[in-house]
Amino acid sequence: MPAYPAPDLVRLYRALRLIRRSEEEIARIYPTDKIKSPVHLSIGQEAVSVGVCDALRADDFVSPTYRCHAAYLAKGGDLKAMFAELYGKASGCARGRGGSMHMIGLDHNIIGASAVVGTTVPVALGYALALKREGKGRVVALFLGDGATEEGVFYESLNFASLHRLPALFVCENNFYAIHAPLAKRWATARLCERVATFGIPAHMIPQSDVLEIRSKAAECLEAIRAGAGPAFLECHTYRWREHVGPGEDYDFGYRNRDELRPWQDKDAVSTLGASLDPGERARVDAAVEAEIAAAIEAAEQAEWPDTRELHNYVYAD
Amino acid sequence: MPTTYLEAIREGLWEEMERDPDVFLIGEDIGVYGGAFKVTAGFIEHFGARRVVDTPISESGIVGAAIGAGLMGLRPVAEMQFADFISCGFDQIVNFAAKCRYRWNAAVPMVVRAPSGGGIHGGPFHSQNPEMWFVKTPGLKVICPATAYDAKGLIKSAVRDNDPVIFFEHKALYRRIKEDLPAEEFTVPIGKARVARQGRDLSIITYGAMVWVALEAAETLAAEGIEVEVIDLRTLLPLDRDTVCESVKKTAKVLLLHEDTRTAGMAGELAITITETVFEHLDAPIVRVTAPDTPVPFSPPLEEAFLPNAAKVIEKARWLHRY
Repeated sequence: MPAYPAPDLVRLYRALRLIRRSEEEIARIYPTDKIKSPVHLSIGQEAVSVGVCDALRADDFVSPTYRCHAAYLAKGGDLKAMFAELYGKASGCARGRGGSMHMIGLDHNIIGASAVVGTTVPVALGYALALKREGKGRVVALFLGDGATEEGVFYESLNFASLHRLPALFVCENNFYAIHAPLAKRWATARLCERVATFGIPAHMIPQSDVLEIRSKAAECLEAIRAGAGPAFLECHTYRWREHVGPGEDYDFGYRNRDELRPWQDKDAVSTLGASLDPGERARVDAAVEAEIAAAIEAAEQAEWPDTRELHNYVYAD
Repeated sequence: MPTTYLEAIREGLWEEMERDPDVFLIGEDIGVYGGAFKVTAGFIEHFGARRVVDTPISESGIVGAAIGAGLMGLRPVAEMQFADFISCGFDQIVNFAAKCRYRWNAAVPMVVRAPSGGGIHGGPFHSQNPEMWFVKTPGLKVICPATAYDAKGLIKSAVRDNDPVIFFEHKALYRRIKEDLPAEEFTVPIGKARVARQGRDLSIITYGAMVWVALEAAETLAAEGIEVEVIDLRTLLPLDRDTVCESVKKTAKVLLLHEDTRTAGMAGELAITITETVFEHLDAPIVRVTAPDTPVPFSPPLEEAFLPNAAKVIEKARWLHRY
């Protein structure tokens, strides 16, 4: 494990903390019904987005899943535009037309997220195809969940990416559940990396969700991808602490048990990395994050609704 | 020398690729083999593998990659080997491509070419006319050319368009239709219908291969003193309502014709459009001639019974004229 100088750890912590606290605020506000969009929260899964996106260059692309808040924020997406989108306001990043599952931030090379599982995977490869033609060494980090690996298009995409040596880093956030169905009821075998490797794609499993390990492995893969080696695949084990959709917990739904959660909470990136920082430094980061979130929420609450006369706009170019 | 419908599409694609280096082709077997119908024969030798991208048999992957490349500013033309196989890429087209602009004001300047239609004994999965799957989807444009001139002019416009376009090429017209094309460059606007034949007694409104059936029927009916106007829609979405309604005002009688099956076919949309707009001008009920609500059968006599033809149109037109 490479040693990280203090500024990097602070940067990583800040990103983790911003995502965690933004989503906790979403959950807090949610019962007021001010946030109209269904929300799929990443609480517990932040380390994957932060570790990968921290290794990306600013001019690289990220393609999030529908559980997109973490990757959107980790790549530098505008917090105010995200909250405004959740509120359905005109200043949202999709002008209130998309909601939580359709965040986009083209000024930070955040490809639009989309709600149908797996659909963004081939689209991200289209970006990679264009980046390969461009020849500037830029890469797409494309996120998918364990559920998306069950879609046929995932295998089409692995084959296509490897065949054309596309500059793509596949990042599978394996949180062990597709909606409420556990892996054991969905996968004939758990050997995902082996399946991927048969396409000639180097595949690495990161079981402990250690943000530094994720960052380091992503950086190593990105270096090879930029050099023309073709795609790489990371399977990052992680755990969704909240319910599949909505602000609450769901350990009483009958499909999983709170005992599963505890080991993940023990190694939680936000608290462990935070504890390793100088307390004064941490307090400064925490305060700045709180202020930024409060400003974003305030802006979203004050923002205008979309004008209903705009209903017919943006269907076609003209 | 006359140019075939197929050659016209090929010329249109070739010219657009010469004109704009961002235009590229992606699809199954389109490189050395030149595509199932040879539309892209010779392209890979001239433009290279970077711009003529052969793919695995992965329609969802092909359309997805075309969308992504389009969002990056390239102009992909994706080929479905047969329009029937577009179902495998359906989600990418209707959920992703069609809604990018509405969600994000992001352009997907993509063309999906789809060889469609019956009359070639292709059977149930190589003969369908799936245009209405897409006409129901706001955000897409849907084109069904009938002539070589329109096929060339519209494929060129489709490549230049900033919205996703589904371009249906009727397989039975590929080598059957020929005409002399202008030597100079031309395009045909998307969203404009064409009066294929002038007439005063009744209007046949149709598109694609059925334009030729309508014209054949019109010849016979003219000999009986019935002057038929034939409207070739050329683009189904957006629909040129003005040209349709002008013809209805002129003739007051309407026969709607399509090769697609009957229920929820284009005829239904045209009938309500006419009723909403020019009902007072009608002198008779709107009638339709379509394929029946069945899959497309393979056996030649069955397929012949399935497809609309001039005799069926003539019979219905005579009834309408007498009304």
